[in-house]
Amino acid sequence: MAQIFHHSTNTIARVSIYGAVLLLLLLGYTVDVVNNSSYVTEVHNARPQPVPFSHKHHVGELGLDCRYCHASVEVSSSAGMPPTQTCMTCHSQIWTGAAMLEPVRASYRDSVPISWTRVNAVPDFVYFNHSIHVAKGVGCTTCHGPIAEMNITWRQESLYMRWCLECHNAPENYLRPRSEVFNSFYRAPKNQQELGLRLMKEYKVQKLTNCTTCHR
Amino acid sequence: MATENKNGGRPDVDIATLRHSAREGNTPRFWRGLDELAGTPEFRDHAENEFPHGANDPNATLDRRELLKVMAASAAFAGLTGCTKLPTQTIVPYVREPEQIIPGKPLFYATAVTLGGVATGVLVESHMSRPTKVEGNPDHPGSLGASDSFAQASILGLYDPDRSRAEVHDGRIGSWPEFQTELTAALAAAKITGGSGLRLLTQTITSASLAAQIRKFLKAFPSAKWHQYESVGRDNVREGARIAFGEYVNAVYRLNRVEVVLTLDSDFLTSGPGSVRYAREFAAKRRVDGAESIMNRLYAVECTPTNTGAMADHRLRMRASEIESFARALAREIGVSAAAGPGSSSSAPAEWIAAVARDLKQHAGASLIVAGDQQPPVVHALAHAINQKLGNFDKTVYFTQPIEESPIHQWESMGELAADIRAGKVTTILILGGNPAYDAPVDLGLRELLPKVKFSARLGMHEDETSVLCHWHIPQAHSLESWGDARAYDGTITVMQPLIAPLYEGKSEHDFLAALNGQAEKPSHDIVREFWLAQKTGIPRFDAFWEKTLRDGVMAGTAFPAKQVSLKLGIGEQPPAARPQGLEIVFRPDPTIWDGRFANNGWLQELPKPLTKLTWDNVAMLSPKMAQRLGLKSEDAIELKYEGRTIVAPAWVMPGHADESVTVFLGYGRTRAGNVGSSAGFDAGWIRPYATPWIGAGLEIRKTHQKWALAATQTHNSMEGRDLVRVATLDEYHKNPKFAQADVVKNPLSLYPEVKYEGYSWGMAVDLNACTGCGSCVVACQAENNIAVVGKKEVMIGREMHWIRIDRYFEGDLDDPKTYHEPVVCMHCEDAPCEVVCPVMATVHSPEGLNEMIYNRCVGTRYCSNNCPYKVRRFNFRLYSDWDTPSLFGMRNPNVSVRSRGVMEKCSYCVQRINAVKIEAEKQDRSVRDGEIVTACQQSCPSEAIVFGNINDPNSRVSKMKAKNLNYSLLEELNTRPRTTYQARLRNPNPEIEKAAAV
Amino acid sequence: MADSPTDKLAQHSLAVPIIGPGHDYASVTDKISHIVLSRKPPKWWILGFAAAFALVMLLLYSITYLFAVGVGIWGIQIPVGWGFAIINFVWWIGIGHAGTLISAILLLLRQQWRTSINRFAEAMTLFAVACAGIFPLIHMGRPWLAYWLFPYPDTMKMWPNFRSPLVWDAFAVSTYATVSALFWFIGLLPDLATLRDRSKNRAAKIIYGFLAMGWRGSAVHWYRHETASLLLAGLATPLVLSVHTIVSLDFAFSIVPGWHATIFPPYFVAGAIYAGFAMVLTLSIPVRKLFGLEDFITMRHLDNMGKVMLAAGLIVGYGYMMEAFSAYYSGNPYERFMIMNRMGGPYAAVYWFLVACNIVTPQFLWSRKVRANVGALFTIAMVVNVGMWLERFIIVVTSLHRDFLPSSWGMYYPTRWDFATFFGTIGLFVALLFLFIRFLPLISIFEMRALVNEEDKKAAD
Repeated sequence: MAQIFHHSTNTIARVSIYGAVLLLLLLGYTVDVVNNSSYVTEVHNARPQPVPFSHKHHVGELGLDCRYCHASVEVSSSAGMPPTQTCMTCHSQIWTGAAMLEPVRASYRDSVPISWTRVNAVPDFVYFNHSIHVAKGVGCTTCHGPIAEMNITWRQESLYMRWCLECHNAPENYLRPRSEVFNSFYRAPKNQQELGLRLMKEYKVQKLTNCTTCHR
Repeated sequence: MATENKNGGRPDVDIATLRHSAREGNTPRFWRGLDELAGTPEFRDHAENEFPHGANDPNATLDRRELLKVMAASAAFAGLTGCTKLPTQTIVPYVREPEQIIPGKPLFYATAVTLGGVATGVLVESHMSRPTKVEGNPDHPGSLGASDSFAQASILGLYDPDRSRAEVHDGRIGSWPEFQTELTAALAAAKITGGSGLRLLTQTITSASLAAQIRKFLKAFPSAKWHQYESVGRDNVREGARIAFGEYVNAVYRLNRVEVVLTLDSDFLTSGPGSVRYAREFAAKRRVDGAESIMNRLYAVECTPTNTGAMADHRLRMRASEIESFARALAREIGVSAAAGPGSSSSAPAEWIAAVARDLKQHAGASLIVAGDQQPPVVHALAHAINQKLGNFDKTVYFTQPIEESPIHQWESMGELAADIRAGKVTTILILGGNPAYDAPVDLGLRELLPKVKFSARLGMHEDETSVLCHWHIPQAHSLESWGDARAYDGTITVMQPLIAPLYEGKSEHDFLAALNGQAEKPSHDIVREFWLAQKTGIPRFDAFWEKTLRDGVMAGTAFPAKQVSLKLGIGEQPPAARPQGLEIVFRPDPTIWDGRFANNGWLQELPKPLTKLTWDNVAMLSPKMAQRLGLKSEDAIELKYEGRTIVAPAWVMPGHADESVTVFLGYGRTRAGNVGSSAGFDAGWIRPYATPWIGAGLEIRKTHQKWALAATQTHNSMEGRDLVRVATLDEYHKNPKFAQADVVKNPLSLYPEVKYEGYSWGMAVDLNACTGCGSCVVACQAENNIAVVGKKEVMIGREMHWIRIDRYFEGDLDDPKTYHEPVVCMHCEDAPCEVVCPVMATVHSPEGLNEMIYNRCVGTRYCSNNCPYKVRRFNFRLYSDWDTPSLFGMRNPNVSVRSRGVMEKCSYCVQRINAVKIEAEKQDRSVRDGEIVTACQQSCPSEAIVFGNINDPNSRVSKMKAKNLNYSLLEELNTRPRTTYQARLRNPNPEIEKAAAV
Repeated sequence: MADSPTDKLAQHSLAVPIIGPGHDYASVTDKISHIVLSRKPPKWWILGFAAAFALVMLLLYSITYLFAVGVGIWGIQIPVGWGFAIINFVWWIGIGHAGTLISAILLLLRQQWRTSINRFAEAMTLFAVACAGIFPLIHMGRPWLAYWLFPYPDTMKMWPNFRSPLVWDAFAVSTYATVSALFWFIGLLPDLATLRDRSKNRAAKIIYGFLAMGWRGSAVHWYRHETASLLLAGLATPLVLSVHTIVSLDFAFSIVPGWHATIFPPYFVAGAIYAGFAMVLTLSIPVRKLFGLEDFITMRHLDNMGKVMLAAGLIVGYGYMMEAFSAYYSGNPYERFMIMNRMGGPYAAVYWFLVACNIVTPQFLWSRKVRANVGALFTIAMVVNVGMWLERFIIVVTSLHRDFLPSSWGMYYPTRWDFATFFGTIGLFVALLFLFIRFLPLISIFEMRALVNEEDKKAAD
């Protein structure tokens, strides 16, 4: 009787069997890649803003202190976003005519707030507190990246829990002296390890990894 | 058992369904009663569904959100990454930042909430100018930092989505200016006659500034009349005082000086002016530390079981109408001349009275008789007489001028008003607050009379039963939205300041009267401030004084001074009228809904009534004996016939209730309360005639052979011989101080190494000797932790969400048992059974000994709950949290996740508060001070029954409590090593009576 | 395994033949393969399948609704956090066991009588596990996160809690499913080839050919096939014990009175075998009738299975007894109360009905007459199926509904959705079986051939 299957079927069968295994592995890998891609994490995606505010200019070139705008960073969970008022303290004097700043002036004029696009966000079930991190010697740029070089602000880190734990498990690798916290040009010293360990003692830094530290 | 019965044919409405339907806009803007609402498909599903435990639930409808969830789910299935990508959010900063406000930091404002005009001082937590939580004001004499459940729930009253949002003119939307023009016209017309035909109806008013406005108005209209009415008023108290002293006075108790209390049908520990303070002072006198310490003693003579009765060392159950006889008998024992009471006071054994009298006499000057608001005036008068005879005046009780601005007999005042309307004398009526159409004495026929009035206007929070009968309805501002002032139980004044601009352009009573006085444009702030400016002329720097008053929440030195009173002679000497025969009916305010004003408050509806543990319904309460006689069981629908009116009510067999007497609770059967309260329960007011506001005789009961399914959160009342609540008498305690720790396992064997807790380790101690079971903690917890309301059906299945529950056990004689309250929160076991079984580590232990529950990690296997011996875990079987009603968003505590469907939740020891305090302490480089962290339940507890703190610090209050002999932990033998422990309950019985009972 | 029922079987006299007389290779092959290759399915098949399929639709509907609304549509609450879902899960898993037992353990023990029933016993196992597998997933509050039960490197740096029996369960059940599937398929290969060669139409040839994976029946093939089967049998054998042991640990691991018992693992395994054989009987009796396979599934098989059931039933009965005894003997008030509550509480009726089903009824199996009476056997098997379900109901519900604090006692009432899901899975099970008997040889052809061979030898001697 006639052959049902062509000879090649054997090969096809083998290939598909081994292929299936490979395919599964590949799938897992892809998921991981996608999860860590900037598509999902938004890392390094400069977000368009109503006003093209440049940290590079204000922080990097003019050397404004972070706290000038993010005023509540030392006292509250939220670092605080500057009210239009804050922008106008300077921009009622300089660049008063700049078209780029029209939205700011408009906002001030008509008392309509500017709605910025959020760059760094954690899910609602995560309760992050800026003030305590700052108080314990975690620098702004440790999480927010080289802010002084960002023309349009982007997210530097994935903000995944995995990432948070890197520091919560080993703070010594990231801590800096309190005096340097708001220094946007800070570079970790060679002896970060020992410095970190010293600061941990000095600032009574704990390795808080229990869940309710962040989730409530 | 509640869950066993099907719903008694009566369509019961589920908040969420109706919320939902209202939300979806398939509800008429002004729906008339539920029949109309019933048009919604959800509701029909309810009505038709023959499976009460089936899927007839609000969330059963597959709406857009649900679909999205399913899609999200499938996405997650597909990519394992469904929820990691966050949606793009925006940040909207201020244009000009207001002072004080720091994003992420709450502010607290001092103000007051009132009930029956009496103020309880509170501090209101405000996040970015959204009030989120009410807490007691430590500086306020009526609060001392605690508060009752009504105060706790007022925050939900503020955000209630059913509040009326617009002026309504004869069923159509009107406007404030439009109303003003009509009003001015009406007033101009009235002017001619000097305002005869002009009537002003308010509730009890203790606000001096408001009263001043009213008087101004009355000056302008000399022949106008001002009526005051509360269906749960204190007329008897006032009249009692008048009989005793010939004038209205306000009695203030000093329980911190009382050794022996006798209550005559009074629930002074959990209701009435000053109850919050009284509870604390009473509890303080019951705390025992050393082996030789003593306790106060409480005798309760009552008909309807109350929390006070449950606390009593001796409780004598007695028909409410017999208590007068008791009072007279006691008076005579004490040496006050009084005619013998009507009928035989058989249920009051002579030796009992004698023993009590002896005890009282022994503690002359340190004893107190408290008569209940529902008892007739003469009982109050007798109480005063006895107190005076015992030399308690100015020691345990003192008198002040009334705190009401114009104390009157409100019941008669309402009768007069009704008569005037019937006689056609009333052309214009202005109703401020209250809800007379619902709660006025039924036979006055106000519902028929109101529409007869030519011009009627009503200021109210809801467009309710009264509003629809008036030509005008004006939305009223919530007390947290408006300026005002009110007096505490002792006369102390609190100036109430708004926390938020009126959500729905509501008008406060001050605004309304300003309009009446032709000052419509004058902001109520100015009215109040200017009034007090005028009062306090003596004060040099009024601004500073005003600032301080607002900041402190009390106006310094405004407590009324003690007032000399002279007791009239021969009180109660004239023999009382013969007691009418027949079955007794007793009307009482509902423990959680009061007179119905809180009917639309989901928190209070779902707050289990302290002694029945019922939610969402009121009942006709009767004693086991009587039930047996009539062949009734709980949840039988029975027909009550009184004074020619009948109503169907669910029977409830209540151990400890007096025989041959039925108690019905007011406040239910509202027809226009809102989506939450309408059609819950039955309207006891329907059989409450003018003649007998509280206690009547001649009730007829008929069995209907129908069931009325009730939702009780606790269906089993016996401890089954398990020592869950450990009790001893004071003597037994003196003999064996360690009785509560009889079965303590010294060093239990374990294969695991002992876990050491360095630094902080949090623990809680609950004093069963102090807990009155009032339920304030339950509501406080609900407010603090964004706990959802689930509705009657879900409670019936057994799915209530409260993180703290108050277990109530009966012990002993079925007819007259001892009652114990036991608050149960998560025990935060050191060896927690829930933790090992969770497959995803969604519940784990913290280094500080907290048993943490991580909602966002929970997959919902519910094994933790099965394995929790204390059953304190609560599961979101459906989407209980309201994610759709915008007005509720503002209410939520931003520091606690709002749980979604399918996750477990439970008491966290208010970890958000712990963390907040710890962070502040860390920043100041110090450690947390004792008492700095206060959990919501602890904060609200009037009797300070709950103490929380660091058990590693031997000097912390909680450590000291746990060090006491009375300390024991629940289900110790399981070796779960709970962090929450209990202080055993102590009773201080009178040896004489105890012996008599033994014989 | 010393006192396991299988040994008793080993000593069974070969009086009754395990294959009807007068069968040769051809007749066996014809008879069995005919069922599959006949053009039109019989009327009863169409009707039966239609009914089952309707139930499957019901299952899909109720699961969709469940995912949309949440587990709240079921009767579960606090304190009874587990209801029908877990009951059904344990019941189905139990049923699965007989298949593996017959195919693996009896194979290793060289019990030839197993041959004619092992194929669809295995199929039954597979389908039962499929039904069981549904429940742990859908009973979760958030089923779309079920994958969190498996360890994988995630963005949260979190691992499952390896201390939790539920995690062990996830592994146990998935392993069980995989091995059973493989075992079954390997067993099928030669017969698939037979069908490929005998089927007339091209489509069938291609499909069976594809599934046969190029089986040519060469000596090498047979050799490898033999080894593979033995290896898998070796793998599957411990599973018979492990899976239900783990399932029992889901309960025994807790502190709930009525769950917290050391006897659970053996007691559950015995129960599983009990239920499994009951189900095999329930299936094989109608099947042999409908397809006239009395010659292949002979009275000898039914008789043996009856005996196994009896033995298993006795162990289960002993389990019940010990539960009560240890509760009494422990002196633990909660344990004692639990038993009293089972026997006298609100669910007492269920408990006594279960005792009647699982302990009283099987006693009839002592009598050879009953075992020889197909009708009686079928009835008893049915009763036991019901009884075993009730047992799980009692274990899950009565233990939970009244535990430590009387204040939080409650009652559990299933809703229509509980029933819909349950009957839905029964439908799924039946539907799969119908497809199986229609499209695959429900008795292993090649093994039967082997039997013929041996029977002939015997005849020769």
